[in-house]
Amino acid sequence: MSERELNILVGGEAGQGLATIGPLLAKCLVRSGYQVVVTQSYESRIRGGHNTFAVRAGVEEVAAPREAVDVLVALNEETATLHRGELTPRGVVVAEEAFAAGGENVVAVPYKELAAGRYRNVASLGVVTCLLGLPEDLVRQVVEGYFGKKGKAVEENRAALAAAYAWTKDLDPSLARPLAPVTDPPRRLTLNGNQAIALGAVSAGAKFCAFYPMTPSTSVPLTLIAHAEELGLVVEQAEDEIAAINMALGASYAGAPALVATSGGGFALMVEGVSLAGMTETPLVVVVAQRPGPATGLPTRTEQADLEFVLRAGHGEFPRALYAPGTVEECFHLTRRAFETTQRYQTPAFVLTDQFLADSFRAVEPFDAEGLEAVGAFAEPEAVAEPYERFAVTADGVSPRLLPGFSRHLVVADSDEHTEDGHLTEDLTARTRQVEKRRRKEEGLRREVIPPTYEGEPRPEILFVSWGSSRGAVAEAAAELASAGTATATLHFAQVWPLVPEQFLGHLEGAQRVIAVEGNASGQFARLLRAEAGVDVASRVSRYDGLPLTPEYVLRALES
Amino acid sequence: MVQAEDYGRYETAWCPGCGNFALLEAVKEGLARADLAPHQVLFVSGIGQAAKAPHYLNANVFNGLHGRSLPAATGARLANAELKILVQSGDGCNYGEGGNHLLAAIRRNVDVTMLVHNNLVYGLTKGQASPTSESGFATKAQPHGPTAEPFNPLAAAVAMGASFVARGFVGEGEHLAELIKQAVGWRGFSLVDILQPCVSFNKLNTHAWFKKRCYKLSEDYDPTVREAALEKAYEWGDRIPLGVIYRREREAFENKFPATAAGPLGVQPVDSEAFARILEKYY
Repeated sequence: MSERELNILVGGEAGQGLATIGPLLAKCLVRSGYQVVVTQSYESRIRGGHNTFAVRAGVEEVAAPREAVDVLVALNEETATLHRGELTPRGVVVAEEAFAAGGENVVAVPYKELAAGRYRNVASLGVVTCLLGLPEDLVRQVVEGYFGKKGKAVEENRAALAAAYAWTKDLDPSLARPLAPVTDPPRRLTLNGNQAIALGAVSAGAKFCAFYPMTPSTSVPLTLIAHAEELGLVVEQAEDEIAAINMALGASYAGAPALVATSGGGFALMVEGVSLAGMTETPLVVVVAQRPGPATGLPTRTEQADLEFVLRAGHGEFPRALYAPGTVEECFHLTRRAFETTQRYQTPAFVLTDQFLADSFRAVEPFDAEGLEAVGAFAEPEAVAEPYERFAVTADGVSPRLLPGFSRHLVVADSDEHTEDGHLTEDLTARTRQVEKRRRKEEGLRREVIPPTYEGEPRPEILFVSWGSSRGAVAEAAAELASAGTATATLHFAQVWPLVPEQFLGHLEGAQRVIAVEGNASGQFARLLRAEAGVDVASRVSRYDGLPLTPEYVLRALES
Repeated sequence: MVQAEDYGRYETAWCPGCGNFALLEAVKEGLARADLAPHQVLFVSGIGQAAKAPHYLNANVFNGLHGRSLPAATGARLANAELKILVQSGDGCNYGEGGNHLLAAIRRNVDVTMLVHNNLVYGLTKGQASPTSESGFATKAQPHGPTAEPFNPLAAAVAMGASFVARGFVGEGEHLAELIKQAVGWRGFSLVDILQPCVSFNKLNTHAWFKKRCYKLSEDYDPTVREAALEKAYEWGDRIPLGVIYRREREAFENKFPATAAGPLGVQPVDSEAFARILEKYY
């Protein structure tokens, strides 16, 4: 008997190898042709504590984390104790024999016999992949891809894997949980949200990133750094977030498509710089990976509570665009889109992600690498009117942008209100004209808004509204309701600003009951819908305990 | 040859008699002597009366936030190492609000010239103490004088091993123009602290006060000896030294980024082949 879908939870202390086994397990599953959704839950510490890495794997598409566990891999005793209650009736526990309690469906592993200390990670990976029915050759290739193919460690890892497979194959077959094999598995990438954001940025021609480390955003610059030399990027760790955003603005003014990545507290420090980007009309992509606040909050957990903050960040009035990816693919495509938008409209664009999506590995179709074009939208020095005016008043509010130093034209940008040539002014007529010019860019931004995705019955009993990373949980909850006979639909927003009510008002009015699902306590997106579209979303599902939304959570909330 | 006149002459928002006027002329003269044309030069400034200076000459300008000129200049330098970049702002902007960035810029050795209009007072906000205000300098905000000891920018820069540390005085315009010429010609981070009076708000450190104390370092002063430089940097009171206090060859910051070798980042294409190779690593 084989399974169509399994939820595997690996748990242990920080430093026990979770960060190695987890991604390797995900990659083995993706290479074998399965879809995966990874959920990482960890504490703000480098050693000790209790961390988990959950992989939900399916032959068919899986879109969200699930709570019930089919295979519990306990690297320490605490994991076995804490998560036993989440096991399905047929759930299997894999644990070291020393602390594996007796009972049915327990795989008590004699790790000491299988491998020496530092190779036990690979042994436990092997036990799990063998139970799941993954070929040993494939797993060995993935392990060698990670640890390299040379040196003593290769032999030790290979031996640990072989020992694990030999030992596991001898077990009572009732303990195995093989996934139905996928014939001719498609070639997919194993990527998490932040890696996809970094790749989306470089695909658009990003050349500069400055950052100050902050969970859960740091893996964006780390991914960029890993490829910086090959792709001709400059990435610099700044002395603080204020420096990071001002460096990025200086680089962007001088022509380098630039991004910064941070989380709530770091973004708070960047806010004056956001306003500077708006005033100097300097392109900039800001990635904000949300975690629960206020202040330091829960540094390693997830939340969607910075929507209003990012939307309003920066004193004064200037246009902006906010994208909120719901999948790892969208992390790539919306980051590219953010670069296109910020270059075209010379105003900041934001990518709003969160810890759950940032750390969530998925199986991703390879992106098209053919003929990638840089998004830099610069005017030709020969084509501009003389004398050149960086902030020339135009019909669409976008002024021809030249780069400093490339011609005899001078490029002057000022954080003070300025005349069309960029110099500071106290002329209040010039002020009014510049305010109106900047605002006219909003019309173009609104024309290019990505409409929300509507799926399901045309006039449903229940319409779920969601944005950003809760997309998958809402889609699966809706599918369950629909299969139980309730006419259901979903309306998902991948762009949360600007909002264009004509794109979705009909959907909201056509539903008997509209339920906004979001990972914050106060219903920020529901409030935005009321402000912008005049729609009162009466029902809300909110999650703010630091964990991602799940289909089970949404359905439980409906029942209560 | 570039002439100082190429940098133009504009009306300003400064008080009559402000030290900024002579400083502005020295900047133009120094750039002309370095044979730098306006379009080759980028001024990055912050906020304050000093930070307005780049608006009163012909050049590329990024007039950003208070205290944040150095990070913006660092980003611009990495994006285009062909630009000659000067940071121009006051003692409050550079030593107060942006103090952390000064430490970082010295450590990085970013190839920019930092011109600090140091009048030992806040001018734009009308007369509060600045980081360099002397003890006992009473203001409306500090009726008994500053509550903290003055910051010594030169001693800090020398102690940190900055690449080029100099002091000028607006009352010595010819000397100042020559210092600026040397600073923009220096490869690496150069700090030029420029003493100037504030005729409206600093009645202590007046033009006459500076004139009486400032003297030019002699020809046989060796700016490459750090201990001697530190001693000179601490000299303040009856006698105040002018000139290049300290100099040290260091590797330029942008050399640490291989990507900058290909030329300005803004005109580099996306390498589709490299991107495809990188995607393979995630298979």
